[in-house]
Amino acid sequence: MKKKLNLCLATLLIFSGNLLFSQNDTSMLSMLDQEEETVYVGSTYKSTRIVNSHSLKSTPKGVLDFRIAHRFGFVNTGIYEMFGLDQATIRLGFDYGITDWLMVGVGRSSFDKTYDGFVRAKILRQSTGAKEMPISLQYLATTEVNTLKWENPDRDNLFSSRLAYTHQLIIGRKFSKSLTLQLMPTFVHRNLVENEDLSNDVLALGGGGRVKITNRVAITGEYYYVLPDQIQDFYENSIAIGVDIETGGHVFQLHVTNSTPMVENGFITQTTGNPLDGDIHFGFNISRVFTIVKPKSFRKSK
Amino acid sequence: MKQLLVIAFTVLSTVAYSQKYFTRSGEISFYSSTPVEDIEAHSNSASSIFDVETGAGEFSVPMKSFQFEKALMQEHFNENYVESDEYPKGTFKGKFTNIENIDFSTKGEYPVNVEGKLTIHGVTKEIKTSGYFIIDDGIKGEAQFTVSPSDFDIEIPDVVRDKIAKVIKIKVSMNYKEFKR
Repeated sequence: MKKKLNLCLATLLIFSGNLLFSQNDTSMLSMLDQEEETVYVGSTYKSTRIVNSHSLKSTPKGVLDFRIAHRFGFVNTGIYEMFGLDQATIRLGFDYGITDWLMVGVGRSSFDKTYDGFVRAKILRQSTGAKEMPISLQYLATTEVNTLKWENPDRDNLFSSRLAYTHQLIIGRKFSKSLTLQLMPTFVHRNLVENEDLSNDVLALGGGGRVKITNRVAITGEYYYVLPDQIQDFYENSIAIGVDIETGGHVFQLHVTNSTPMVENGFITQTTGNPLDGDIHFGFNISRVFTIVKPKSFRKSK
Repeated sequence: MKQLLVIAFTVLSTVAYSQKYFTRSGEISFYSSTPVEDIEAHSNSASSIFDVETGAGEFSVPMKSFQFEKALMQEHFNENYVESDEYPKGTFKGKFTNIENIDFSTKGEYPVNVEGKLTIHGVTKEIKTSGYFIIDDGIKGEAQFTVSPSDFDIEIPDVVRDKIAKVIKIKVSMNYKEFKR
């Protein structure tokens, strides 16, 4: 009996020894019980803007992004205006990534001679692996200063009347390699409105996304629905459809939109173009990035 | 009982002899150099393990762990070139062919030959290179070799063709620790 048991044990030992060996032949790395890592989903968009709206992509840490946004006139202005090419609305801006979760930016638009500044922070990041998060959530806050000469100089005009604020949540998800979608519940507060019947606060819900056609070309779109009875009837909901083309170093965004302004309070509450009547702007965004602060591993070497 | 002891001893000693070394924080860097632009990237998240007896060795590195000087390069690397979402890891599985010449208990620098299969972007290629094991207080493994993006089905568009080298130099440096189960 004892012998038998011994034999059994011996076989077992040899067998287990063999097992250890056979493991060597397959994958030894699997023996290093690797901790599962959290993988954050990246490459949601090519650019930090869909067209006018902020996308889920933010300016990386230490990177300065010089942005030129340009809209021609309405295409239905005919041959006299060369279908809008004779007119231009422009916004020049600088965005900067303070950390990988916090970016800020300033800009100046020709529409209403508006200066704007914004802060955008990542609250949740879509991820897989150790920490799973199905969505990304970001918060955007903007301030816009309209610097047009007072329409009514005799009135007691206050600087605060020039200001408008926007608070926006960006809730998005990259569903697949090519599809990213987002929803943007938005609250706009205008310190001064056209008349007493209008509300200073405007609630709107935006939706947007992109579909990648190839690794370097994507179709983008966005739309804002302004809840009823808040702004004057002649204002329209903002819509934009575009193409992002990445050429290696730059991203060109070409698009059509019924919105003339390019900052939140502007395109959400002051879009006048009726796209069905041909009030459509052709436009483009160009971005050029500069690395201001290099990643740590590159600071010493050069 | 004696018999058992002998067998057990043999088995155990074989197991013990099959000593392994590993790291989870190996450094892998690559360099692309052209007249227009020099590009380099570093990762210190490579894993590796090798068997002293058989010479079998494995390496693995998460593609997203490579850090570039410019964030845009890093993004293009992951999204357009190596497509990290689909192919998250670069791996090497092979053999140190002359491992028997290395005395891991004596300090010194030992040349070593490596050959095996390198998999990047879902494409596997046989590679052969040489490196060093530097035995000091620890065990350090170093190697250098070159690869071509085209060998791994990595397409470089015309506009950036002048900026990305046809041949990329890869440097591997691992500080190994003894592997204990």
